Amino acid sequence: MTAISDTTTRQASSPYGEAARQALWAALLSFGLFFFFIGLESTQDISNRLILQSHWVTLAIVVALVALGRFLFIAFVIPAVDRRRANRAPIAVVDEKDQSFIRRHRFKIMIALLVLYPIFILSTAGLQGSLKWVNNFGVQVLIYVMLAWGLNIVVGLAGLLDLGYVAFYAVGAYAYALLGTEFGLSFWILLPAAGIMAAFWGIILGFPVLRLRGDYLAIVTLAFGEIIRLVLINWREVTNGSAGISGIPKITFFGLFDFNISSPDYILKVLPESIVTLFALRPSGAYYTIFLYYLILALAMLTAFVTIRLRRLPVGRAWEALREDEIACRSLGINTTNTKLTAFAIGAMFGGFAGAFFAARQGFINPESFVFLQSAIILAIVVLGGMGSLSGIAIAALVMIGGMEILREMQFLKIVFGQSFTPELYRMLLFGIAMVVVMVWKPRGFVGSREPTAYLKEARAVSSTFTKEGHG
Amino acid sequence: MQYFIQQLINGLTLGSIYGLIAIGYTMVYGIIGMINFAHGDIFMIGAFVALIVFLILSAMFYSVPVVVALLIMMVVAMIMTSLYNWTIEKVAYRPLRGSFRLAPLITAIGMSIALSNFVQVTQGPRNKPIPPLISDVYNVFGISISLKQIVIAVVTIVLLTVFWYLVNKTSLGRAQRACEQDRKMAALLGVDVDRTISITFIMGASLAAVAGTLFLMYYGVVAFSDGFVPGVKAFTAAVLGGIGSIPGAVLGGLLIGLIESLWSAYFSIDYKDVAAFSILAIVLIFLPSGLLGRPEVEKV
Repeated sequence: MTAISDTTTRQASSPYGEAARQALWAALLSFGLFFFFIGLESTQDISNRLILQSHWVTLAIVVALVALGRFLFIAFVIPAVDRRRANRAPIAVVDEKDQSFIRRHRFKIMIALLVLYPIFILSTAGLQGSLKWVNNFGVQVLIYVMLAWGLNIVVGLAGLLDLGYVAFYAVGAYAYALLGTEFGLSFWILLPAAGIMAAFWGIILGFPVLRLRGDYLAIVTLAFGEIIRLVLINWREVTNGSAGISGIPKITFFGLFDFNISSPDYILKVLPESIVTLFALRPSGAYYTIFLYYLILALAMLTAFVTIRLRRLPVGRAWEALREDEIACRSLGINTTNTKLTAFAIGAMFGGFAGAFFAARQGFINPESFVFLQSAIILAIVVLGGMGSLSGIAIAALVMIGGMEILREMQFLKIVFGQSFTPELYRMLLFGIAMVVVMVWKPRGFVGSREPTAYLKEARAVSSTFTKEGHG
Repeated sequence: MQYFIQQLINGLTLGSIYGLIAIGYTMVYGIIGMINFAHGDIFMIGAFVALIVFLILSAMFYSVPVVVALLIMMVVAMIMTSLYNWTIEKVAYRPLRGSFRLAPLITAIGMSIALSNFVQVTQGPRNKPIPPLISDVYNVFGISISLKQIVIAVVTIVLLTVFWYLVNKTSLGRAQRACEQDRKMAALLGVDVDRTISITFIMGASLAAVAGTLFLMYYGVVAFSDGFVPGVKAFTAAVLGGIGSIPGAVLGGLLIGLIESLWSAYFSIDYKDVAAFSILAIVLIFLPSGLLGRPEVEKV
């Protein structure tokens, strides 16, 4: 678990003695760390007074596991890694033409797989069984993919560290929720409106912080995120406070049909009789979920498309230049004010889109959905994916958010740890540990290199170690 | 007027707690240039250790003098949080030293999530109330000052004096200040940089543990999620005072405490955090390096 002594002292010949020593240290340290927290638990007794309960067996098991893990790590993992590193051949430069069909067309294949995913699930799990898979894994992950791609414009491309991105998500969500419930406007009108409103807030919040840099910028954006959340909680006349807004209208299919069973435009009533009987369609909530899946997929693809195109425009080049060196930018005559504000506004706009979608999907929102933790998760996805790399960010979102959702499904753990064991409790704990482990293991994120947008003769992937914040 | 002075005293009490936490942020930032997001949770861990020690003491002995109990709680909490912060620095931050700027920030956020959820899993999600340790209240010219507030003031002043001595008068403090200015040069001159950084984390953690103990004594309740808000406010205080500057952190802490209590007294208690954060934003817009911070010199 811990690097007690410097790992350079390990010996190649017999690592077992060293490993045993380290394991002992790890055991002692974890005993010290966990004595008060796992060994003793403060619980309320019948008269609501705090009493202590001891769990010495659990403590012993945890300490033993830490020691064992440390022993295995030193004795087997590190030598194996060293051997692999020594045997690794120098990386050959691969010509684009020589790559296999799958490698060349990997993005098209990925998109095709995403499009086919609900159909695959439908055919294997049936109409009702598919709901959970499409909703928890498809829609949930894609929302985070879209948010992370939006934040990527601010952090990955323009290099402005934003810790309050969730504020724009909240603005979009509340814009749709309030205008949708109060005025009954359609989602398709409010989606651009929510985006514009979030972009507007992006500019408002971006303007005062233009002079700030690095960590000062980070803390002020964090403060703005918290201010928006606190206003949402306390401005009860408009936002209904912590109770939130419920009864947010569902999305219709461009007004042609909708997904409310009681409505006259319900999908099965609008579709021709012959199709309904041919496929033996029954009323179900799954249609709406699948529709939402394709909608968020389209929105995410829009984000990716806009990002890719923007990188080739002057403003995108200016963002990346700004990230690498602000002073050089200014001396080359780039208007840093406009460059930063466009990054904030466009990033915020996608956050607003995602927010409007989130509100429509949930049907109910309250300020609890827009806490700092959400900003942290989105930022973590961007950084873990390798900032600036769209595919890396998508992978990171799938691993982190999908992994958390999978944990919900692990009911078999109850057999191992007893009936009172709830895997959900450990979700965020494992998420935090995973963030640390992945970052220490791959500080540059999952995708460490990236095609440049501007090149002299031919495009070569640039190792991320050569660039400053992200890689472009 | 009495009401104003009353709020002033309340604000200063709260501000001392923020100031103690803020020092940990500012020292770590000064020496390795990272926002240690997990520091707020170290504060929470300190409060929890104090709680558990209090429960052990009250279970084992019939009655312990309050001063002794508080001292034991503080010392054990200091040792435990030091152990935590030392381990976290070794595991999560040291491997990433010299990596790009966002990497340690992300591990720090990850650690913060992991720590608060670790406490939630092991200690349960509910609030943990304890019976009041000290309940004396004195009346001076119509202003009520509780003994708790006096204890907080005395402990803060004593600690800050010791701390000031450590940083300014000992070789350890000299090494710290040297690392803060130029880590590479300090290493060339024979300063053990790794050790100095470890000690910085331990010192920050000890101060946070004291703040945690005082928090538990003052409010009489602690929960696993109590690390975040005081942590963010303390960081705000550190930035307000000029991050990297230790007197600035104390000043910023006192200011944030004052703003909060005066705002809740005269305007609205709901928006006290909004006021604190807005003032942070306004100060930074006009004084981008904080009240006492050194202006950042851009080198090309």
